[in-house]
Amino acid sequence: MSGRIRLNWGFLFFFLPVALWLLLLIVLPHAELLRLSFTSSRPGGFTLQNYMAFFSEPIYWLTFVRTAFYSVIVTFLVMVIALPVAFYITKVARVRAGGFLMVLILVPFWVSELIRVYGWIILLRESGVINRLFTSIGLFSRPIEMLYNDVTMIMGLVYTSMLFMVVPIVGVMDALDDSLIEAAYDLGASKTAIWRTIIIPHCMPGMVSGGIIVFMLVLGSYLTPNLMGGKNSLWFTEQIYNQIILYFNWNQGAAFGFLLLLLSSLIIWIALKVTGQNLGEVVK
Amino acid sequence: MPFALSVHGLTKKFGNFTAVENISFDVEDGKFFSILGPSGCGKTTLLRMIAGFYRQDGGTILFNGEDMSSVPPNRRPVNLVFQNLALFPMMNVFENVAFGLRRRGEKGSGVARKVNDMLERVGLPDSGEKQISQLSGGQKQRIAIARCLVLDPAVLLLDEPLGALDAKLREHMKVELKTLQANVGTTFVYITHDQSEAMVMSDTVAVMNKGTFEQTGSPQELYHRPRSSFVAQFVGNNNRFLIVPSRDDGGAPAGLYAGRFSFILDDACRSLQDGIPCEMFVRPEAMVIEPGSDTPGFNRMPVQVRAVLFDGGNSRLLVIPEGTEDEIVVMLPQTGLYDHIRAGDRIMVGWDPGISLCFAGNGGKPYDER
Repeated sequence: MSGRIRLNWGFLFFFLPVALWLLLLIVLPHAELLRLSFTSSRPGGFTLQNYMAFFSEPIYWLTFVRTAFYSVIVTFLVMVIALPVAFYITKVARVRAGGFLMVLILVPFWVSELIRVYGWIILLRESGVINRLFTSIGLFSRPIEMLYNDVTMIMGLVYTSMLFMVVPIVGVMDALDDSLIEAAYDLGASKTAIWRTIIIPHCMPGMVSGGIIVFMLVLGSYLTPNLMGGKNSLWFTEQIYNQIILYFNWNQGAAFGFLLLLLSSLIIWIALKVTGQNLGEVVK
Repeated sequence: MPFALSVHGLTKKFGNFTAVENISFDVEDGKFFSILGPSGCGKTTLLRMIAGFYRQDGGTILFNGEDMSSVPPNRRPVNLVFQNLALFPMMNVFENVAFGLRRRGEKGSGVARKVNDMLERVGLPDSGEKQISQLSGGQKQRIAIARCLVLDPAVLLLDEPLGALDAKLREHMKVELKTLQANVGTTFVYITHDQSEAMVMSDTVAVMNKGTFEQTGSPQELYHRPRSSFVAQFVGNNNRFLIVPSRDDGGAPAGLYAGRFSFILDDACRSLQDGIPCEMFVRPEAMVIEPGSDTPGFNRMPVQVRAVLFDGGNSRLLVIPEGTEDEIVVMLPQTGLYDHIRAGDRIMVGWDPGISLCFAGNGGKPYDER
């Protein structure tokens, strides 16, 4: 009897912070945002005007589609780069070198995202390191503005989210038995066939969980698109920021926030369906 | 007719360590060839060179007379059954067997026909839709072999594929593998550290030690006429006596064991140099308990029984020659004649000098299977 009471106390001790965290930081604010998104700053009850504004104003939904499209592209690029990197760390490099390489990937993340983005800016701006180097050796006749375009922004997003793809893929690839690769090679498979038939199917759970993390991070990121993309490469989070901070229109911002949530849930659901994975397996 | 597999002067070094040293052998088409050796003798390195995973430092490898020394594994007419089988868990049984065919670009009904034929051949006709995890150990074994045989390789390499099975299944698979090989007629090159596997299945066995072949021959040859102390100890069981050769009054070879027993030696031991210690081997199954005194020319030795090791038809006595510390194993036939023997008894054992073998040098440490 006393054992059962102690068990309940222990359960409560660990459960309470989680429950409070979920309730206070996730459920309550979202409930309030949901209410806000269906009301107007002017007096009056329930309204759909915030959502209507999204569809009637092309700049809103165009930014929305752009953000979704680029997030998918960034996730895909990160995956394409992370696969060979993870393969090198787990299968090619020796055990100790592999650990060292993991540290190398981790180290940049000890610096805050802001500082890292400023690092890119120092490299890429018109009076930056790269421009100065290339003009001095005569490769460029005059400095070129490399910041504030889509390519630079995508590069920045790929760079900031790389770690979150490499770590889960290294995890699953570590568990891939080398002899499977050798067996495929022995049975006549070329290198591309080995990747296609053995390595990628094996790494699928890690790729999908890494993909979900990266996709959500990129979709919801604000700093990198803002600083590296500038005004030429609008990101949907900037629209939310503008509504709430600049125009003080909380109702419109809340509606945008919910549309973004809906979008990320939808794309992840589609991705899981397409790859034939289920969420329970992937988050394990 | 060229050999299915010909290896000439094959050498592989890892840094300063020579794993495989100047090995040459030929395997005739359709034969079962085994490479038998203790772990670390270089047999896996040799196999991986034949499969193409390691590039040799010297020598050539020929399949059906064609030099394939620099051809990568995916284009060699040879397939390997891995120690852990390495079946693809992301595919079902059918796709595992079809894997090699698809990599060759074969498509459609031809693939299905070949795969189903092969599954039938290995006795698993309806398992195509099964997942790998649903198979038992023996079934996995057969699928791993089917996956290679469906490609009709010039040589099938097997890297201790029975190692992971339990004893009973291993006995069964030995017979099954031999039958399968006889049926399909593919050349098998099988490596193992288990002498019983090698002896039961092979046409020819090569005993490998420290990167070289000590002896190559039929299992019977290796058992009855080992050419080195290592082969004598590794193939079958053997008792080892350190003796000092001398001559008896008539000039016939004799050996002094433990300073107190004088043994008659076979004529084959005539070449041993007097006074220089050497090894003599007598198999447990060649030893006779309580030999009658009416058999002249027999070696006899009083021993004390340390233990009776009952194991059905493979029962043995562990005995200690009087005045020594050595342990000798003697076969104990279960005929009822020797049921009275108990630990601690003093008995006589004997053997015909004609079946003992001698090798010069004291061979250093005896080979220890553990």
